Amino acid sequence: MSDTGRRPTAAKTAADPRPVSRWAPWLWTSGSLLVMLVLSAAVGSVTLPPLSIVQMVVDKLPGVDLGIVWPATFRTILFDIRLPHTVLIALAGMALGGSGAAYQGLFRNPLADPYIIGVASGAGLGAVLAMTASWPTTLLGMAAVPVAAFVGAVLTVGLVYTIARVGRSAPVTTLLLAGVAVGTFASAITSLLMLLSTNELYRAISWLLGGFSLGGWQPVLVSLPYLAIGLGSLALLGRPLNVLQFGDEEATALGLDTEKFKLVIVIAASLVAATAVAFSGIIAFVGLIVPHLVRMLWGVDYRRLILLATIGGGTVLLAADIVSRTILAPRALPVGIVTSVVGAPFFLYLLRRAKREVFW
Amino acid sequence: MSAPLVLSEISLGYPDRMVLADVSLTVESGEVFAVVGPNGVGKSSLIKAVSGILPCQRGQVDVYGVPVSELNPAQRARQIAVVPQATHVPPAFTARQVVAMGRTPYLGWLEREGPDDRVKTDAALERSGTLALAGRRMGELSGGEQQSVLIGRALAQDASIMLLDEPTSHLDLRHQDRILKLVRTLAHDQGMAVLIALHDLNLVARFADRVGLLSDGSLRKQGDPRQVLTPKDLAAAYGIEIRVLEHPVYGTPLVLTG
Repeated sequence: MSDTGRRPTAAKTAADPRPVSRWAPWLWTSGSLLVMLVLSAAVGSVTLPPLSIVQMVVDKLPGVDLGIVWPATFRTILFDIRLPHTVLIALAGMALGGSGAAYQGLFRNPLADPYIIGVASGAGLGAVLAMTASWPTTLLGMAAVPVAAFVGAVLTVGLVYTIARVGRSAPVTTLLLAGVAVGTFASAITSLLMLLSTNELYRAISWLLGGFSLGGWQPVLVSLPYLAIGLGSLALLGRPLNVLQFGDEEATALGLDTEKFKLVIVIAASLVAATAVAFSGIIAFVGLIVPHLVRMLWGVDYRRLILLATIGGGTVLLAADIVSRTILAPRALPVGIVTSVVGAPFFLYLLRRAKREVFW
Repeated sequence: MSAPLVLSEISLGYPDRMVLADVSLTVESGEVFAVVGPNGVGKSSLIKAVSGILPCQRGQVDVYGVPVSELNPAQRARQIAVVPQATHVPPAFTARQVVAMGRTPYLGWLEREGPDDRVKTDAALERSGTLALAGRRMGELSGGEQQSVLIGRALAQDASIMLLDEPTSHLDLRHQDRILKLVRTLAHDQGMAVLIALHDLNLVARFADRVGLLSDGSLRKQGDPRQVLTPKDLAAAYGIEIRVLEHPVYGTPLVLTG
């Protein structure tokens, strides 16, 4: 983290803290998430009219009967195939956006995200271990994958933190370096495991690239409680996370029990990131770029940044998923390829901007 | 009633290499106690030890008679407010947001600021002279303004002890003057106990009620600025020839090199 541009040229930022309307960020993010949800459900080998999608969902609400008759296939496609996929993608994106924002706040580094500090690789290793042991087909078996991923993620963070620790705290630079090293190591073991269990190789690779091969509502139901607990805690801890932006020592002097607080954030963020990895594999850059965008547009206040990045993450991953399903239709690309191809140059663009502008 | 701040024979550093040994001093309510000494002598370490961030190797720091090591961070922050040097301030928070963070020791992790916290935040903005800056981002403010905001944040903590680590070292003359007058007012008019690390001896002579001179790993001398800022003691501490004249206006010591 640098303080380049800490004293910006006056003209550049004089108009910068424009009074942001209290509701505008929420309207923008939630509105675009709704649009993407409908679009994602509409696009496919059979295009469903967006209006019908909205009507069918409203019709499904208890006590509502619109009295409209749709082709029987519409309902099956929407409720059994499209919506489970759409909702799972949205949840994965939300998990990545929210945990990315939390990691960036925790490590006070705009480059921190679940992948860079090794958490995703650790979660991936845990998930692959659970999968190669026995591919989950039951609800209970499927619940074991996120649990294994979470254990992998927390062990990785613990290991990274222990290696990076100097005295009572972990400086950002050593933390990121340790994250890269441990993450690479975990990825190597993951690859080895996949090669050794040849018959699961294809499925494991397609999972690793973010292909959502599991169908039905089960993954949604299994991941929901983990995400609700993790993201809910993170969103509520925004105020102390703001205090942490002044550094560990200053935050401690301000009365925050810094070590305990960081531990809680690590656990909540790892729970969320691990759940995303367990059901969607390695999807890069969403957790990095979405919090960046939110910060640039609406400032660094973590009291709303976490939640806005959560909603924005769902929106962005849904958009990437629509592209991945349509660009080479009828073939669907793994969504991780799309996020990387679009995300990497965009991230480089952000890096260049970051040199000149104050948004961190 | 015990004194706000009592340091009893504290030693700081590492078991094999002490930075400071056997420092004892007391800071009373309503006074500004300045710690001076050459670079690297341990002024910042002393401030950190008093604020409980750096554990003492030996000795102890008492806050109103209670060892600082027995207080948790929130209890400590209600008694002791620390004003760091404004060199690495996150640029995107507004001055009001930063001052409001002084309310941290009174709020649970999940709590938000209530009406009482907002009143105290406004009062702290007012007392630190930063009310006019409240809506501006830290990154747009000058160094002196940033430093004032950090003092405002310390005031929002409602603590009766204030520690400052070189608050003026990167400021121009006007802002140095402003900040230190504010600090003196807080002590003399509002009864705060102030411990401040400073390296400009002439500012110390003007604004401090008492001075502690650190040199060669220990507290060489402490007392009234006139007693401590002498050519002999300063020459011994800084290793150069130093003259001390009388300030033509204030009558305080005026320190010159050579």
